[in-house]
Amino acid sequence: MNDHPKRILAVASGGGHFVQLRRMRPAWEHCEVHYLSTIADYANDLEPGAKLHLVNDANRWDKIGIARMALRIAWTLIKVRPQVIISTGAAAGYFALRFGKLLGARTIWVDSIANAEELSMTGRMVRKYADLYLTQWPDLAEPDGPHYEGSVLG
Amino acid sequence: MIFVTVGTQLAFERMVRVIDEWAGSTTPAPKVFAQIGPSEFVPKHIEHKAFIEPSEFVERARAAEAIVAHAGMGSILTALSYGKPIVIMPRRADLGEQRNDHQLSTAARFKGQPGVFVASDETELPAILDSLRDLQAAEPIPPFASPSLIKAIHDFIDEV
Repeated sequence: MNDHPKRILAVASGGGHFVQLRRMRPAWEHCEVHYLSTIADYANDLEPGAKLHLVNDANRWDKIGIARMALRIAWTLIKVRPQVIISTGAAAGYFALRFGKLLGARTIWVDSIANAEELSMTGRMVRKYADLYLTQWPDLAEPDGPHYEGSVLG
Repeated sequence: MIFVTVGTQLAFERMVRVIDEWAGSTTPAPKVFAQIGPSEFVPKHIEHKAFIEPSEFVERARAAEAIVAHAGMGSILTALSYGKPIVIMPRRADLGEQRNDHQLSTAARFKGQPGVFVASDETELPAILDSLRDLQAAEPIPPFASPSLIKAIHDFIDEV
């Protein structure tokens, strides 16, 4: 164990994506933990010491909203300087992984368990920016990724 | 109390309308609280709010006898983690209820999962609502993701 814990930024839009993200938190209990999401109330139920960074919610059909979101995420990355970024989606995760790669972070994508028949659109777009690229359905796994390691169901 | 939820983004009037009608025509009147999103349809027979905070969502799920929801993973995982029976009805893209049809595949995958009951559409919902008291909850799922998934992520972080 290092003297300085690693900094991780865990990213998900509010709702199901964030619920899934939180179910994986034992994986980063040894890290300095930052979350990025769209709902301020999540700050009331985080592990001790974890910090919540807020971003507006937007999807790819909302050009102004998505531009604001991208800027806000870029700013958060510059401020936090995470060594590891993990996301379950959606658009916020795409920007966090994409910009994070430019800043030298290692990145993890866990595609939402909601996408049972095919990877999410964002999951497909984020492929080349994800160092660890996972699906939660064994039959969606492929030799070159996404890989299957288990699911948030437990 | 029956807790109805349509998730953090869009209304789901096709589901909420049927639940409201069911509540209005059932005696004794069932106690229902519904989170209905930005809905133009205003329910007459059930308590409702457009949105609630995640902490209230958790409290209501925990206190509910049963949950009725769109086929969203936040709703499903929350119900399963508190051992509450959940009825899910998938949104459909062709009706403008969602941008794609992933909820249809979610519903198909979770059909048969203990504690999860699928209403394919609004016509199947009233009969399931009538039998709500008899639906069997499953044992709560563990609070965390599968150990193999957590280990894979943990090991990846350690290599950085």
